[in-house]
Amino acid sequence: MSGSVLITGAQRVDGVDRPLLVSGDRIGGDLDGADRIDATELHLAPGIVDLGAFAVDLQACLFGGITRVALMPDGNPPLDGPGLIQRAAIAAKPHLWVHPLAAATQRLEGTALAEIGLMKGAGARAVATGRRWIADSGLMQSVLAYSAALDLTVVTHAEDDGLVAGAVATAGEAATRLGLPAAPSCAEAIAIARDIALAEVTGARLHLRQVTTGAGFDLVRRAKDRGLAVTCGITPAHLLLSDTAIGDFRTFAHLSPPLRDERDRHAALDALADGTVDVLHSGHDPRGPEDKRLPFADSAPGMAAAGHLLALGLGLVRDGHVGMARLFDLLARNPARLLGIDAGHLGDGGPADLILFDPDAPWQISSDRMPSQAGNTPFDGLPVQGRVRRVMKGGRWLS
Amino acid sequence: MSAAASHLDRYPAGAAAFPHRHLTGIAGLQPHEIAFLLDEAEQWVDLNRSATKHDGRLAGLTVINAFFEASTRTLLSFEIAGKRLGADTVAMHGSTSSVKKGETLIDTAVTLNAMRADAIVIRHASSGAVGLIADKVDCPVINAGDGRHEHPTQALLDALTIRRRKGRVEGLTVAICGDVLHSRVARSNILALTSLAARVRVVGPPTLLPPALDRMHVEAFTDMDRGLEGADVVMMLRLQSERMAGGLIPSPREYHALWGLTPERLARAAPDALVMHPGPMNRGVEIASSVADDPTRSAITEQVEMGVAVRMACLDVLTRRRRGTPGWA
Repeated sequence: MSGSVLITGAQRVDGVDRPLLVSGDRIGGDLDGADRIDATELHLAPGIVDLGAFAVDLQACLFGGITRVALMPDGNPPLDGPGLIQRAAIAAKPHLWVHPLAAATQRLEGTALAEIGLMKGAGARAVATGRRWIADSGLMQSVLAYSAALDLTVVTHAEDDGLVAGAVATAGEAATRLGLPAAPSCAEAIAIARDIALAEVTGARLHLRQVTTGAGFDLVRRAKDRGLAVTCGITPAHLLLSDTAIGDFRTFAHLSPPLRDERDRHAALDALADGTVDVLHSGHDPRGPEDKRLPFADSAPGMAAAGHLLALGLGLVRDGHVGMARLFDLLARNPARLLGIDAGHLGDGGPADLILFDPDAPWQISSDRMPSQAGNTPFDGLPVQGRVRRVMKGGRWLS
Repeated sequence: MSAAASHLDRYPAGAAAFPHRHLTGIAGLQPHEIAFLLDEAEQWVDLNRSATKHDGRLAGLTVINAFFEASTRTLLSFEIAGKRLGADTVAMHGSTSSVKKGETLIDTAVTLNAMRADAIVIRHASSGAVGLIADKVDCPVINAGDGRHEHPTQALLDALTIRRRKGRVEGLTVAICGDVLHSRVARSNILALTSLAARVRVVGPPTLLPPALDRMHVEAFTDMDRGLEGADVVMMLRLQSERMAGGLIPSPREYHALWGLTPERLARAAPDALVMHPGPMNRGVEIASSVADDPTRSAITEQVEMGVAVRMACLDVLTRRRRGTPGWA
């Protein structure tokens, strides 16, 4: 275990104007004999807690300042038993902590409850429906009631199955011009309305991993006003891109849920600004050419985004959509709280998961040169600002 | 020989007339580029009606017709077009099941490229697949239909048919009727006809019309009688048999009753309205036989004839650079 370190000169994202002391693997402790690190001109923030990635990609996470990942259960095999959860949890320790999300249903097939209680015992921090919605409302009610009793949040994917079957785009001008199978964006609001109603009945905590439409945000806003334990997240893609990005059949922009129109994108930015959005995450899903170098409708959805989550988030700060403190609530504090872990903040006693970043350092996102398992990003070629300089995980500098 | 064609003889166009390497769709073509291909096709209509039916300008060139999706008439039309121009044509039939997935499509493209084809004609079941292949090969690629996306040579042959029968395309009201949602023919025709300044309507069951059609500058109707009112051209689309059962329309019988083209319905269109169909027809479903077989109204067989001429024009124009044609090399 290392001794104590005093990080001075850095601007803290929580706005507190004093140096940060780290002792061992915790924030705080005794100042005597502490090493001093001068971090003038850098920003100091808690390590990012990425709520909902599909792969454990250490390289991308280190580059992007992510120190904890909530791993979606959609692996092969799906994370639907205690042994699998246990193994996933230690996959990248000590550099990166993985918090596996328990599959809500066996093999994620949406037909029978998985062993949620045993998986909680093995370290699962929340329950997730995976990439898909659970179409059977009766089963979804069981998932929510069961998880509520175990004090676990249920992370859902909100798209009505009947509407989105076979669809790879949002119904609208872009999909019509390209001749792509498409579903109307209300597929999301329909799914959200049902899940909120069931969450209310069961008293469960519901986290909608991605809300991407104005109608969806309205439902979440109203649920929050009524005091329900409903939260929602979004990725930078749905804040910064609309369905025009799929023009020319760019499979890197094939996402699930699909990119929406400009009106919905603006609604998402509004929801981010007014506090409706709780979590900003990467949805990191690295995919090689075998999944992406295909005709659009045959390609797999998903993007590799862990490496530039922070830079795109800082762009939202620069454009005035959120403040710096709120950005790190979205990236770290809120997701940690949802997972019930003590992390994502700079308060005394918290884990020493820290990042030092230069918010202005310019660089360019490039599919070919990304520190990631694959380069499938819809932001290929985009110039961004903000680069992680050092990462501390559990009191140890990783970079 | 038409006036346009003789003009071309005296003042041959250079590469600026059609600066594209491939023909993957009507989208991206300027109106004058579409008109240029139609003008070029006129000479081949004349040739095809002559006794010799042969021109050797593509002699020694290899044209691969790679059809990943089953086709009879389009494949035949391209084969004849290539042979009449003297090219060595080879047909490749890939069943959709075996070549649809994985890297195979790109691998196939690379393979075709390595065989040093001088032009590749591609049909594929997935929207965008032809563009994907076009990016990987060195020779011109012609889209013979990709998923629901585009079928540019069909739109060109339809425009040529209309232009020859009506003397113009500009200002005509064209009603495209039927399963617009799943139709690449409809998409390419909407783009080509609006580009050539026709007024385009689409007519069909609400379940078979895609959204945001107004953004493509067409007017959508779900009532066939209203959609046909005063139309100069009635273009029927084929209803695929897999669409007939349940989810989108109740039955072929009901489809015929509400959206089938019958003599009574056709009476709502302009008195000299032209009837078109890309084939193959479902007689008694989207079109009544008495309408399809009426030589004064139906241009359906003429469409097939124009198809060969238009495809000859596309093969000729797109290979001019490699053949070193003056003004193109």
